[in-house]
Amino acid sequence: MHKYIAKRLLLLVPLLIGISLVSFFVMHLAPGDPTSLFIDPNVKPEELARVRANWGLDQPVYIQYFIWLKNAVLLDFGRSYTTGQPVIGEIAERLPLTLLLMIPSYILTLLICIPIGVISAVKKNSWFDNTFTILSFAGMAIPTFWLGLMLMLLFSVQFHFLPAVGNIVLPLITMTIGSLAGLTRYQRAAMLEVLNQDFIRTARAKGLPERIVIFKHALRNALIPIVTILGLSLPDLFGGAFIIETIFAWPGMGRLGVQSIFQRNYPVIMGIVMFSALLIVLGNLLADISYALVDPRIRYEKSK
Amino acid sequence: MRKVNSLTIFGVAVIAFFILAAIFAPVLAPFNPDEMTESEIQGPSARHLFGTDDLGRDLLSRSLYGARVSLSVGLVAVVIAILIGTLFGAVSGYYGGWFDGFIMRFVDVMLAFPSIFLILAIQTMLTPNIYNVMVVIGLTSWMGVARLVRGGFLRIREVQYVEAARASGCPDFRIIFRHILPNASGPIVVAATLGMAGAVLTESALSFLGLGVQPPMSSWGNMLMDSQAYMRDAPWMAIIPGLLILLTVLSLYFIGEGLREKLNVRG
Repeated sequence: MHKYIAKRLLLLVPLLIGISLVSFFVMHLAPGDPTSLFIDPNVKPEELARVRANWGLDQPVYIQYFIWLKNAVLLDFGRSYTTGQPVIGEIAERLPLTLLLMIPSYILTLLICIPIGVISAVKKNSWFDNTFTILSFAGMAIPTFWLGLMLMLLFSVQFHFLPAVGNIVLPLITMTIGSLAGLTRYQRAAMLEVLNQDFIRTARAKGLPERIVIFKHALRNALIPIVTILGLSLPDLFGGAFIIETIFAWPGMGRLGVQSIFQRNYPVIMGIVMFSALLIVLGNLLADISYALVDPRIRYEKSK
Repeated sequence: MRKVNSLTIFGVAVIAFFILAAIFAPVLAPFNPDEMTESEIQGPSARHLFGTDDLGRDLLSRSLYGARVSLSVGLVAVVIAILIGTLFGAVSGYYGGWFDGFIMRFVDVMLAFPSIFLILAIQTMLTPNIYNVMVVIGLTSWMGVARLVRGGFLRIREVQYVEAARASGCPDFRIIFRHILPNASGPIVVAATLGMAGAVLTESALSFLGLGVQPPMSSWGNMLMDSQAYMRDAPWMAIIPGLLILLTVLSLYFIGEGLREKLNVRG
């Protein structure tokens, strides 16, 4: 297991370099110049050249990349074009707010999707199953930003329950509904698959009460796939955060990311891309490892 | 499974209706979508079934023309994604080796981005318009298809009839496209349906943020962008386009589920 983890961690290095290469060149090969957005166009050419040199934009792109990479290894992602603050500090300031949204949303999602998925599978084709099947399809099909708008319309504009911005309740609900639907479908499918297996038939055949068959034999096995899916759904969760934070003016990393994209604030964009990519790949790795831990049938190394 | 069947029929009916509405938008639309028919915002009425927007433009007409945009972006984007994904997946799975390793690592890289972020970043650099949106969504959503197709090829290339074709001197090109691809196409068809749903969602999010289809051309996403400032006085401006997106995507999901069952695709 240790060997496997070490190997996977080593593989992260080329993966992260690949991600940085793609995003760096996509940004820097774009026509135009970020200085044009920040600097008064009437400024003297010498002055402009000085700013460009200061930001390293006078170098060829590949040199710029190597300089960026050399600094990034030391966790120095440069300074924001707009505020002049170190990027790492800006992210450290915003990340807790994003996590404040993501972690409770994760927990809520699990607390809701597991019972619904399991009951749907056990009572397959019942009214309960049919209702939640349609609801979860609707949940997957609803555009996140529109769901946010509708909640805002309902709770803030019509009934004045909650302020439209600066409140955690609406963004949290929006984010949870967004991930809930897909995970409920997965949980149902996983439980159905387990219920069709031989050892369940055996358990029933030897006369165990249904309650024990479901909770002791089936449920434990049906929880395994959800662990992986949780890891795999991280990119979507981050993607959702970008849009949800923008709509609700939630000052987290996602909103900072969208603002930086509009401002072509290269250092901040690169910092956020690398940070979310790192969290995503680590999330996947954790999912794989915990998968092996909870399921003794899974072996990542050759058995001796 | 009667339930799934009836949902599939619902999906097909809705999509067929929307496609017809999109094709015949110029005939069906009661007004020119860009014409300022009223001097002020108006709620739904017999004259304006969906109401009007802040500029007095008829929302039914704009929704009909918006259907053209949303559906064509979805379709073209998914065709691009399927073509790239199938090509890379097929070559990767059939030949294996360093090319397979390279492509699959590249897929890993692309999948580790929150894709909306990558799309946003690319869009800010291009002049946003409907064609760019199609291409950018297509270029950032082929990875899942590539993995699926590669998986299918890895399985089928070891099957006896492929060995027989190879033994009888059939060229690789023909083996890939005539012998293996048709037998690996089930998951591609399902992925295409779900991919189109995803592309419609992405287009709406992009246009909502102002980085997709640009005014005056209407898309369901940019109609929602316009609605934000009038949530209190004109909630229909926000409700109707969202419901249209929801119905389209939901119907595509139902069709995808139906196809999955029909073609016996797992997963």
